[in-house]
Amino acid sequence: MSTIPLFTDESWSLPSRGRVGMLSLIVGECGIFTIFVVAYIYYIGRSAYGPTPRILELPIFNTVCLLSSSLTIWLAERAIEHGAMRRFAALWALTIALGAIFLGGTAMEWHTLIFRDHLTVRTNLFGTTFYSLVGLHATHVIVGLIGLSIVMIFTLLGRVNRSHAERVQVLALYWHFVDAVWVVVFTVVYIVGR
Amino acid sequence: MADQTLPIPAPLIGEAHAASGTWLEWLHSWVVTVDHKKLGILYIVYSLFFLLVAGAEAMAIRIQLAFPHSHFVSPEAYDELFTMHGTTMIFLVGMPILFGFANYLVPLMIGARDMAFPRLNAFSFWLTAFGGLLLYFSIVGGFGLYGMGNAPDIGWFAYAPLTARAFTPGHNTDYWALALIVSGFGTLGTAINIIATTLCMRCRGMTLMRMPLFVWLLLVVSVMTLVTITPLTAAQVMLLIDRYLGGHFFDAQAGGSPMVWIHFFWIFGHPEVYVLVLPAFAIANEIIPVFARKAIFGYPAMVAASVGIGFVSMTVWAHHMFTVGMTSMGNTFFVLSTMVVGIPTGIKIFNWLATLWGGRIRFATPMLFATGFLFQFLIAGLTGIMLSVAPWDWQLHNSYFVIAHFHYVLVGAIVFCIFAAIYYWYPKATGRMLSETLGKWHFWLFLIGFHITFDTMHFVGMLGMPRSIYTYEPDRGWNTLNLIISLGGFVQGVAVLIFAWNLIYSYVRGKEAGNDPWDAWTLEWATPSPPPAYNFAIDPVVRSRRPLWDLKHPQDPDWKYER
Repeated sequence: MSTIPLFTDESWSLPSRGRVGMLSLIVGECGIFTIFVVAYIYYIGRSAYGPTPRILELPIFNTVCLLSSSLTIWLAERAIEHGAMRRFAALWALTIALGAIFLGGTAMEWHTLIFRDHLTVRTNLFGTTFYSLVGLHATHVIVGLIGLSIVMIFTLLGRVNRSHAERVQVLALYWHFVDAVWVVVFTVVYIVGR
Repeated sequence: MADQTLPIPAPLIGEAHAASGTWLEWLHSWVVTVDHKKLGILYIVYSLFFLLVAGAEAMAIRIQLAFPHSHFVSPEAYDELFTMHGTTMIFLVGMPILFGFANYLVPLMIGARDMAFPRLNAFSFWLTAFGGLLLYFSIVGGFGLYGMGNAPDIGWFAYAPLTARAFTPGHNTDYWALALIVSGFGTLGTAINIIATTLCMRCRGMTLMRMPLFVWLLLVVSVMTLVTITPLTAAQVMLLIDRYLGGHFFDAQAGGSPMVWIHFFWIFGHPEVYVLVLPAFAIANEIIPVFARKAIFGYPAMVAASVGIGFVSMTVWAHHMFTVGMTSMGNTFFVLSTMVVGIPTGIKIFNWLATLWGGRIRFATPMLFATGFLFQFLIAGLTGIMLSVAPWDWQLHNSYFVIAHFHYVLVGAIVFCIFAAIYYWYPKATGRMLSETLGKWHFWLFLIGFHITFDTMHFVGMLGMPRSIYTYEPDRGWNTLNLIISLGGFVQGVAVLIFAWNLIYSYVRGKEAGNDPWDAWTLEWATPSPPPAYNFAIDPVVRSRRPLWDLKHPQDPDWKYER
């Protein structure tokens, strides 16, 4: 039986499927965010009545927390690559804490808006677009935190080691995306839209 | 030479055909499967079921329209029929069947043992299946304007403000939105999977420029799906925010704009057409060379044209909106961008013709359908160019001319290619050939029925018959034409029933297929029919675009010429 000849003259390497899969998911997510961002920009100043974006306050502390979590998770990625598991666990926990502070900050902001300014989704067009865009991002932060927490639990149980570096980095890719989107949301909602 | 295969260790050969226990165990094995081939078959069977359902809905529409002042169905039921026909055909037939083929064929064609994420693959299928059930559950469970048992009746594009709570009370619109969100996530998962499989699971030597064109086109389609389905999901979420949380996205009284929905819908809706038609091209790319006995003409040009179509198709959506009143700059832009699509598409048509030219063409049933596709797709493309001219579109928008145009694409091109694909790959999936006699009856009846229906529809459209109308006055001069259209519909219905019978009959009585019944060149034909769960006992190594040609003609392999 003749077979297809084996040959080894070409080296054969393929990209990591985890990274490709996550990048594809991120491209898809960009589609969702683009639509919400476009809707927000298009509707700036078109509310027929009710509160306007002027009532918003710049969430500087929040933003600093979320953006620096990208740095801590990157340091955590490097730690696990070198097998420094204690450092990884500490940096990973710090990342989760920073993400949680961000979520808490958003919750406080919304509380103020709802009870002081009486702005809800149904109040006016600004309320609808604001809560849906910022809420969409916050939902992604929550999903990211769930993913990070699962890794944290397994790390504390001692089940995560150097061989999981790539999987951890794939998850970290998602977290970087969530942070990058915040830059867009922050610019659109708090700088351009205000 | 046709029965040569990749070497398979003898003890493994019988394994795939081993008896599988009781009926319950058999069912269980299908429900829990993560095998890309079984999932592919599940996708295809699921969409063929819905093809029959949505076909029956089309039949009911045509009975209603066959005569003026007909009362075959009530006006309310008629709205539900055309909404469900459109939604089903696009989301429950077109997308799943093409992703079913992708699931089955992409790993086999690139010499992989499964998809990149087998469990995500199963999850995506069951999401899609659940979406379909959710949509059809509305027929019994949906509470709409007319009480219980109200299917969605908002048209498949569900324009605002018709979808606002005030105009569509109840839950039937929500069933529509939720069903599409759920199946949309399934589609997204499959698209991610196909991209990762194509880029990361290729066998040794399968460089990007050696991949079969089918795989290339499915890669382009999957990337398009990522940025096409997600805007729809986002818009559906906005719709649900409006309906459930009292939001104002599409509420003109609060400053919102129904126009925004129209834009968002067609930002999804037009690339979607290419998401559906590129897999049809992919099928033609595999079938035409094999039955013309020549390698595909202009492989790099075909790849470039597909990628080009992918890009251009993202910029044409508003040609669905010439009548909503855009600026003349906007109109001009979308006229020109739409016409640009004709260039890469034209390249493809000429490449297929050049492949056929001088070939020893075998007109087996798959090739008959592929030939029908070539001819009909040309016409569909030409009426598309006509409709891309804004003034022409102002005249004919929302008329049966538009219906005729897009059914020429969806039926004349896509459904013909789907039939071709089923006749071509059925032997691989089941080990049995489909009956050629029944296949020829199916082809000719379907072709004749298709042309009776959809050629005539162009004329009734130019005579001014608008789409989505329940009935019409007898003095408009549309009576005879509508009767002809309906009769053609029934000829197609008979043809599809013959096809369904062929699928069942040949499964039991069909001729044994062997590994490679068509003497083809891509890797899936190097496996037994049906392929074992692991596809390839030994990972294949390829050196050209036609690995099986190299295998069959060691004295004159392709890799001597490809560089």
